[in-house]
Amino acid sequence: MTRAEVCVTACADLFAGDGEILASPMGPVPALGARLARLTTAPDLLLSDGEATLLDPAGTPEGWLPYRAVFDVVAHGRRHVVMGANQLDRYGNQNISGIGPHARPTRALLGFRGAPGNTVNHRTSYWVPRHTPRVFVPAVDVVCGVGHDRDGGPFHDLYRVVTDLAVLDFGGPDRTMRLVSVHPGVTVDDVLAATGFTPHVDEVAVTREPSAAEIALIGDLDPAGERDRAVPG
Amino acid sequence: MTADEVAGTLTDGMTVGIGGWGSRRKPMALVRAILRSPVRDLTVVSYGGPDVGLLCAAGKVAEVVYGFVSLDSIPYDPWFRRARETGAVRAREMDEGMLQCGLRAAAHRLPFLPIRAGLGSDVLAVDPGLRTVRSPYGDEEVLAMPPIPLDVALVHLNRADRYGNGRYLGPDPYFDDLFCLAATRRYLSCESIVDTAELAGLGPPQSLLLNRMMVDGVVETPGGAHFTSCVPDYGRDEHFQRAYAQAAAGDWPAFADRYLAGDEAAYQAAVS
Repeated sequence: MTRAEVCVTACADLFAGDGEILASPMGPVPALGARLARLTTAPDLLLSDGEATLLDPAGTPEGWLPYRAVFDVVAHGRRHVVMGANQLDRYGNQNISGIGPHARPTRALLGFRGAPGNTVNHRTSYWVPRHTPRVFVPAVDVVCGVGHDRDGGPFHDLYRVVTDLAVLDFGGPDRTMRLVSVHPGVTVDDVLAATGFTPHVDEVAVTREPSAAEIALIGDLDPAGERDRAVPG
Repeated sequence: MTADEVAGTLTDGMTVGIGGWGSRRKPMALVRAILRSPVRDLTVVSYGGPDVGLLCAAGKVAEVVYGFVSLDSIPYDPWFRRARETGAVRAREMDEGMLQCGLRAAAHRLPFLPIRAGLGSDVLAVDPGLRTVRSPYGDEEVLAMPPIPLDVALVHLNRADRYGNGRYLGPDPYFDDLFCLAATRRYLSCESIVDTAELAGLGPPQSLLLNRMMVDGVVETPGGAHFTSCVPDYGRDEHFQRAYAQAAAGDWPAFADRYLAGDEAAYQAAVS
């Protein structure tokens, strides 16, 4: 069992019970997680090929999903996105736009992309492949994804954050980030040292280990070992 | 028309919408023609890729209206990044759904269209001109997205006829029809111009994305989306895209001299 496999199953668990909705995982580890979930706990998930076609688990096209249709699904709400984050704060505000002042950033990043619309329309989780104080900051420089200290409206639904060290949710006071579990081999102190604010800590579990069957499925889904490049060690 | 004739219709300060998405089916031959033209101070509206980067590299851009700028297989466009970090361009950055909404408001000649995206985020902080509106049917407050009218739209499709009917052959139309509907002048480049009967036979009617009332000029530019993808005619030239990104951080004059100094025929010869 590798850390990458623990991260994949933790991402798969994000989708458990989601039913017949569009899973939009950003990045190789959430993408593997979504495909694993569909083979295990969330068989009704819809997944795209990353372009404009929905594929069933056998790789057969089952639908058309160009970007304009994705925007419709965002507004309709039947979607669970797992986004990345260059910065995240304790309320779940996310920044993928740039570091420093927006008018002239010291480091320009992607832009708002779909983060504002995603977060006010449907369930949103985050995946952070390197849990560091540079990502988990006291305050983000630009709010792209909307956090709990802001008015996210009637469909705001921040769910969880999976990192290479831990799983967090928003069960802390004022719906702030709470440490749910640390991955096997990681201590609570490791996570606290890697977080630029103090997440809420009460009863912290150990993230579940993937089963032998899940490890075999992950190997089948990712024969090239992309997961190990995303989460080394 | 030729690509240079299209570029010749642009005047300083115009707002130019560019179709495609990221590093996919971009009207790059038309963009390259703009690089060769004297026009400047453009406002560029785009689901941005190397179209935005190259125009920034050439100093053509005053403002970019965008949700993202990315090369897809390379997350960030180096020239757009530099333009943002040096303050060379103004950024009107928004949620990508808001961009569609603003183009649609322009296309529909409406003063605004409601959308939920943007609420609660810093989209409203970085664009103080944005307003919210309360539903006349209830209490909900939504964003009132203003129109994004375009002086010119530039799009690239796989096939077209000489009248401006156009078909995409790949999986995604992106927002090329919307860019055309939001614009005063609309220019379509394509891999090849065929007669109307042949165009009709190339697929189902629903992939005839553009019709002639949405297009003012057609340019045949084989390889005209290079180095972005134009499937099924060709995929993205990943090797060349890496060379572009590396040159931006290294010896750009040599890259520009080799690929961008001549006309489109010289470009196509240099990359083939």
